[in-house]
Amino acid sequence: MIQSDLSIILPEIILAVYAMAALMAAVYTSKDAMAPLLTWVTGGLMVALAGWIATNGEGTNIAFNGMFIDDGFARFAKVAILLAAASVLVMSQDYMTRRGMLAFEFPLLVALSVVGMMMMVSAGDLMSLYMGLELQSLALYVIAAMRRDSVKSTEAGLKYFVLGALSSGLLLYGASLVYGYSGTTLFSGIILTAQHGEVSLGLLFGLVFLISGMAFKVSAVPFHMWTPDVYEGAPTPVTAFFATAPKVAAMGLFARVLYDAFGLAVADWSQVIALLSVASMFLGAVAAIGQRDIKRMMAYSSIAHMGFALMGLAAGTVFGVQAMLIYMAIYVTMNVGAFAFILMMEKDGVPVTDIRSLNQYAKRAPGRALAMLILLFSLAGVPPMLGFFGKFYVLRAAYEGGLAWLAVAGVIASVIGAFYYLRIVYYMYFGDEGEGLDKSGSPVLWGFLMASAAVMLLGIINMFGVEGAAAAAAAALVN
Amino acid sequence: METIILFAPLVGALIAGFGWKLIGETAAMWVSTGMLFLAALLSWIVFLTFDGTTEQIHILRFIESGSLSADWAIRVDRLTTIMLIVVTTVSALVHLYSFGYMDNDPQWPEGESYKSRFFAYLSFFTFSMLALVTSDNLIQMFFGWEGVGVASYLLIGFYYRKPTANAAAIKAFVVNRVGDFGFALGIFGLFFLTDSVSFDVIFAEAPRLAETQLTFLWTQWNAANLIAFLLFVGAMGKSAQLFLHTWLPDAMEGPTPVSALIHAATMVTAGVFLIVRMSPLMEFAPEATTFIVYIGAFTAFFAATVGLVQKDIKRVIAYSTCSQLGYMFVAAGVGMYSVAMFHLLTHAFFKALLFLGAGSVIHAMHHEQDMSHYGGLRKKIPFTYYSMLIGTLAITGVGIPLTYIGFAGFLSKDAIIESAWGAHTEAGMFAFWLLVVSAFMTSFYSWRLMFMTFFGKPRGDSHTHDHAHESPRTMLVPLGVLAVGAILAGMIWVKPFFGSHEQVSAFYGVPIQATEAADTTDDGTAIGWSVGQGAIYTHPDNQVLENAHNAPKWVKVSPFIAMMLGLGLAFWFYIVNPTLPVRLAANMRPLYLFLWNKWYFDEIYDALLVRPLMGIGRLLWKRGDGNVIDGFLNGVAMGIVPFFTRLAGKAQTGFLFTYAFWMVLGIAALITWMSIGGVH
Repeated sequence: MIQSDLSIILPEIILAVYAMAALMAAVYTSKDAMAPLLTWVTGGLMVALAGWIATNGEGTNIAFNGMFIDDGFARFAKVAILLAAASVLVMSQDYMTRRGMLAFEFPLLVALSVVGMMMMVSAGDLMSLYMGLELQSLALYVIAAMRRDSVKSTEAGLKYFVLGALSSGLLLYGASLVYGYSGTTLFSGIILTAQHGEVSLGLLFGLVFLISGMAFKVSAVPFHMWTPDVYEGAPTPVTAFFATAPKVAAMGLFARVLYDAFGLAVADWSQVIALLSVASMFLGAVAAIGQRDIKRMMAYSSIAHMGFALMGLAAGTVFGVQAMLIYMAIYVTMNVGAFAFILMMEKDGVPVTDIRSLNQYAKRAPGRALAMLILLFSLAGVPPMLGFFGKFYVLRAAYEGGLAWLAVAGVIASVIGAFYYLRIVYYMYFGDEGEGLDKSGSPVLWGFLMASAAVMLLGIINMFGVEGAAAAAAAALVN
Repeated sequence: METIILFAPLVGALIAGFGWKLIGETAAMWVSTGMLFLAALLSWIVFLTFDGTTEQIHILRFIESGSLSADWAIRVDRLTTIMLIVVTTVSALVHLYSFGYMDNDPQWPEGESYKSRFFAYLSFFTFSMLALVTSDNLIQMFFGWEGVGVASYLLIGFYYRKPTANAAAIKAFVVNRVGDFGFALGIFGLFFLTDSVSFDVIFAEAPRLAETQLTFLWTQWNAANLIAFLLFVGAMGKSAQLFLHTWLPDAMEGPTPVSALIHAATMVTAGVFLIVRMSPLMEFAPEATTFIVYIGAFTAFFAATVGLVQKDIKRVIAYSTCSQLGYMFVAAGVGMYSVAMFHLLTHAFFKALLFLGAGSVIHAMHHEQDMSHYGGLRKKIPFTYYSMLIGTLAITGVGIPLTYIGFAGFLSKDAIIESAWGAHTEAGMFAFWLLVVSAFMTSFYSWRLMFMTFFGKPRGDSHTHDHAHESPRTMLVPLGVLAVGAILAGMIWVKPFFGSHEQVSAFYGVPIQATEAADTTDDGTAIGWSVGQGAIYTHPDNQVLENAHNAPKWVKVSPFIAMMLGLGLAFWFYIVNPTLPVRLAANMRPLYLFLWNKWYFDEIYDALLVRPLMGIGRLLWKRGDGNVIDGFLNGVAMGIVPFFTRLAGKAQTGFLFTYAFWMVLGIAALITWMSIGGVH
């Protein structure tokens, strides 16, 4: 019994054991001098795990009496999480080493948070949900405040910690309500209580609290306030990490709870998700316009994108989940590329985040400017870039799910949002002459930027098979 | 071979248009001209070896959508081969002519390349026109129809630095749009009723259409009549028939070779071709064809009257074209499609000849176009004089009455006039008299042109006159070739076009039993063959051909008499007593102004249509688009969104308690939303 349970959870165990072993090894040997190597090894391990999960997993396996679920949906999310985390790790190594920021704890904390994320998307019980969530969050609190000598970084870490604690409290309160009204913490048990007639009001209250806790993690409005401050304050590689893997995990958890535990109350939560979605899309679009700092801007951009992903969820259909997964996969790819570009933005060795510094960038670095242009167009949802198809899927899902008003609102929000993406393009190509950025950056960053831009263009052919995988994953979740 | 004919001009156009920088301007011109001569040569081979059976050459599938499917195919029948030789021959000659005419055009500054562009347009036009005449279905025809429209627009506005040329180009395009709307409606109607755009299907369905009722604009119509009418509206626009004719005279702003090719010989005859091509449908639409007869006759008359007083040499010929097109429509309208094609063919020769001759005169006179500044040019440019003389003899219809000997126009025009009489209908008789009067006026203004240009004393600038010179050989060769056509075309082809019933049927590949089917059925549809076999279709009841041949002698002689009267009057007015026309114009000033101002059509349209539409357009633009739409969007984009941006910025205070407060507010809002808005 235990043996089969362990074999199901083996990838998580491997990553966790690796993190602990590497921690010991580094502490007792050369400490930070090992950090670059550890970063690459961690990244490599993640990619290997992603490959293993992608090729080996089959069917739905339940471990620990239903507390841990390994199904197609979880595997899809895990692969996305692992690849995103590995990409960000590899991208940050050079940047952080050069600035003396690369502590050996960084890759290991990332690894631990990834273990938490993998738990989250596989959670089949409120207990395992909370365990994964907290493991992830605690690791993130620390890396947000990694630069202890920087006021902004510590402020970001503290704010994130306090608000995170508040959201955890809300989530726990919701969990206790749910337990109180259903008598079980197992998702498969909770859903049974709804089978006899309608869902009790207490259970729904519990659900709303759970939703707000998870909305905090995906930074959906109005639980988004920490996002811009943390994105701006944290070191750029950390921001890049925040913007990618945890978002996928939180979205996965969201979908997991809503469908596995409350799949029979779709009409009840759909409206709540729709409200979060529309608020996120509009606030993200409107507030980003006022930003001059590209990291803050990306924070609002991610808020808006989460709004779109939630739209797929709000549809409450299999196709909606599929659209959400496709959207997240595209979103992560775009953001990896965009942050590769941001990591390369520097002048005289000092990182620059003011978007006006990009004036006439296309003249100095035409290739990078073109790649960024493709990414920005994709982020804005301009056809024929892949970003358009992501939006198209969720809009279609919303429309077919009977939420035409939400789809219309999404289109309007994306029109407003296009402004701030295109403004960067404007600066790069038609901006005033001025002191520009250096043409520096490691070949790794350059490679990620170009690859991401290429994916945005080439992906329109068949999306590299993501569409089919997402459909299978969605079918595994919604049954 | 037909495929080569169709695509050679396109290849020429592409090479001349896009490749001239690579191969040089002169080489580009030669390539496009060479392609056209190749096409012309092959066209003559196809025409002379054609045996009368219709065949289709499939090239590619053009559109496939639902039940709508259109091929790109070449339909080779007698009509197509006639149009092939007309289009490619005139086009090849015009290409050659343009070498001389477009050389050192004063419209362009020194060193600017414009010639290869001109040749590319000409070749593109030819391709579109060939696509039109070879089409096997209405979609392809519409493609060619619009293609020639575009080419015409580009070529009329070729001197794009001249505001008048741009205005004329736009006018031509817009007026044609009115006609094209009718044509498009006709195509929609046919597709709606027959579920096909292919000619074969439509022709076979024509008898059924005649018995179908169609509701359009809240009124019941006979389907055949309505569709024939709509198609004719398209033809009216393209062929500059009355009410949609206003663009043609203005189109003379284009270079003269363009006028010869597009606005005399080919594009403007596309309307006639359309009606003839749709003859199986027209034969079942008696009301529509009556309408065609009236419009054609009125156009012939109207344009001839206006031509009487014009001073610009090209405008006179333009009105003459308009008038001759009216003749063709009368022939088509009374059911003599073959005769309409006959006149189309001969007219292409002599009208192109007249235009190119006029171009030669203009070239000699340093781009002076006002005939009142000409005079006595006979000695200066003898070759041009003789070729134009032949053209004039052809258009006025000189020949020996009651025989088949005469210039091209004599045979074809007289055939039309006899056919109009032979229709034995009220409309036919009406058209007959109008056409005879028009023949008189045609003769008058054509000889007036000749006398004012080549006879008398030089008027106008003596310096220009002294330096008048014969045109280069590239311009004179086309004149010579066309002159041969203008003399012989009528005599050679009178039998196939206007001979006995059997001769005409054989020429067009119409099965012989079709002509004998008249007594086998009484409802008009013959047994054992379908409507649409052969290039043209004449209803078994259509006896116009026999009637025309059996017309009394006075009918046959009347156009000749009218022509002689016109010649005599012109001789008296412009040779014997040149002051007379001036006095006459002074004495009858209102009539003169009425004609000089082209019956005030432009002014009426301007007041009734152009101004109100411009007013509405300006209103929608300034108020509707500018104030309402732009105002709304600008207000949102520059007022409301920034307001919310500032608001969002203010909410982001940076204080933890604010953030926590928002979260608590958020959860309160969600709980409320769930409780109130939910299903509970």
